[in-house]
Amino acid sequence: MARRILTALVGAAVMGIGAHAASAATLDDVKAKGFIQCGVNTGLAGFSAPDASGNWTGFDVDYCKAVAAAVFGDASKVKYTPLSAKERFPALQSGEVDLLARNTTWSINRDTALGFNFRPVNYYDGQGFMVRKELNVKSALELSGAAVCVQTGTTTELNLADYFKSNNLQYNPVVFEKLEEVNAAYDAGRCDVYTTDQSGLYALRLTLSKPDDHMILPEIISKEPLAPAVRQGDDQWFDIVSWTHFALIQAEEFGITQANVEEMKKSTNPDVQRFLGVEADSKIGTDLGLTNEWAVNIIKAVGNYGEVFDRNIGTGSPLKIERGLNALWNKGGIQYAPPIR
Amino acid sequence: MTTHEASFVRASMVEASPAPVLESGIVSWLRKNLFATPKDTALTIISLLVLAWLVPPAIQWLFLDAAWTGGGRGVCATVEQGGSQPEGWSGACWAFVNAKFGQFLFGRYPIDERWRPALVGILFVLLLVPMLMPKVPYKAFNAVLLLVALPIVATILLPGGWFGLTYVETPLWGGLLVTLVLSFVGIAVSLPLGILLALGRRSDMPVIKMLCTVFIEIVRGIPLITVLFMASVMLPLFLPQGVTFDKFLRALIGVSLFASAYMAEVVRGGLQAIPKGQYEGADSLGLSYWQKMNLIILPQALKLVIPGIVNTFIGLFKDTSLVSIIGMFDLLGIVRLNFSDTNWASAVTPVSGLIFAGFVFWLFCFGMSRYSGFMERVLDRSQR
Repeated sequence: MARRILTALVGAAVMGIGAHAASAATLDDVKAKGFIQCGVNTGLAGFSAPDASGNWTGFDVDYCKAVAAAVFGDASKVKYTPLSAKERFPALQSGEVDLLARNTTWSINRDTALGFNFRPVNYYDGQGFMVRKELNVKSALELSGAAVCVQTGTTTELNLADYFKSNNLQYNPVVFEKLEEVNAAYDAGRCDVYTTDQSGLYALRLTLSKPDDHMILPEIISKEPLAPAVRQGDDQWFDIVSWTHFALIQAEEFGITQANVEEMKKSTNPDVQRFLGVEADSKIGTDLGLTNEWAVNIIKAVGNYGEVFDRNIGTGSPLKIERGLNALWNKGGIQYAPPIR
Repeated sequence: MTTHEASFVRASMVEASPAPVLESGIVSWLRKNLFATPKDTALTIISLLVLAWLVPPAIQWLFLDAAWTGGGRGVCATVEQGGSQPEGWSGACWAFVNAKFGQFLFGRYPIDERWRPALVGILFVLLLVPMLMPKVPYKAFNAVLLLVALPIVATILLPGGWFGLTYVETPLWGGLLVTLVLSFVGIAVSLPLGILLALGRRSDMPVIKMLCTVFIEIVRGIPLITVLFMASVMLPLFLPQGVTFDKFLRALIGVSLFASAYMAEVVRGGLQAIPKGQYEGADSLGLSYWQKMNLIILPQALKLVIPGIVNTFIGLFKDTSLVSIIGMFDLLGIVRLNFSDTNWASAVTPVSGLIFAGFVFWLFCFGMSRYSGFMERVLDRSQR
């Protein structure tokens, strides 16, 4: 209850103050101060985590770098603000961060009442279940009476309650405050089922003492489209963030990678030429308020969408998450970029 | 008088015979302390069994089976978990602590600049150790260096931006650095401020008395976590866009004011324990208020409340962990943050990291506790 009151208070404060904060042109501010202030998670495997020397790395972090590369041609011009789930919205609204790339689910309430703009979805996630194989369960509908480990205060907990209620199933929630507590409890056998977003289930597998004894059930009980967010009312900045994502997708579709981007500039394909800004009197970047080299800079900095995915959460990382819905539209997924012309 | 010829006169003392075996040495100690009664014997045997049950596996897990070196999660995971350890292996993952040690000390402070916090740390130890030893002379000079010069040097060195030093913003600070800076400033501010507040609360001047009471009661009435959360989340909403206070500074102020209010109540307890005669005696000598406090009352009162003061310090030291809810990473925060590094994710990484963090906290708190015990004995002249 206290949590809800707090959320409501923060929400009210955000709304009351939203009008004054949303008017400034973020691109001009960002250019004036010389860096992008990017809000990231306070530690989520594969999305934003510190590397050996303490630099932020991860899928969301690469989005911050990509936007910095588009604006400045230099991916290092980012400063990161690690934000907890409660802090993230006030931080964006107050202008403390220019961009929120923090595995945040796009929902109508956040898009409208909180005064943000979400787009585009850079990772399609959904809540799933992990169970012990010895239970011999093949579907979430057979989980009646199970003890379910879940982190408290998350949408995961609410989705879980909705799902079991709508299917007339009984369950015993075993709730914990901290993620590593939930992981340890499930590993120790205090509950039969673990539920969280699918990306989280892959991270959990790395910390289980017998990963082969567990399986992920096929049901996805919620839609969790994760998208970067900006303040409402600044369309130019919104366009830049959106088209940064589309450029990453388009680059993968064209087969342009971090390694071959210079090579591809010599391509005779007019679409590629236009995309990379080598077409004569191109306005592909200047119309965005950037240079025509913007797409080249993004790809040089972080690679294309497929490379970003593989390096941080896909086959090139310990997480080994399948592309699934996040594959390109012509490869069985739903990641799709509008034409860049 | 007849002289009585004794048949035997001992010319020398008899050698003391050794105490019975059962009453001396280790056997006696054991008999007295461990096996005095059947109940004691039973308790001893049970305790030994519990120790035998707990200690060898703990040593096995913590030291013998532990993975000490390595470059990734492989050394801390079994083959089934995707690593290189044999089936059924479980041991501490000190390789993780080893690889992240720099981060645990300094957070995300740039590697090339880490000599700066290291230098401040060395200076701190060099000044603190002689300060803590009662026999070392030049206390006043030492105190000025520790409480005035060192903070100035630290303010120049740690953030930088002067004298050609690169500017390192506070969001990059972390680990033990943040824990120690927060607690040192908290302790250094809260003791004098707490004493002033306690004197103020017992003052005869109504305005000062009311202000001090209101401050103490308000601050003690709010949880620290709320203050930090309000300062970090709500405050920026009410400021014009672009105007931001440094988060670290907000946390420093919050923690210091907090500790001051608690300290004030501890000191007030000491002031109330001093008999009225001491105050009246000082007055009758014609001492001014500050002379009376400095020379007569405070030396007695503070000595009485050393355990309470140290208790507050230890509480403050551990409370610094709360700054992790406002996105600052103290020692515990940075350890937990590194659990999300997939290169080190394994079943034993979180436990190892938490044991390490707990051990470091324990070292500092235990040190403070032992030192306060020592000071109590040194200062306790009247009871000798």
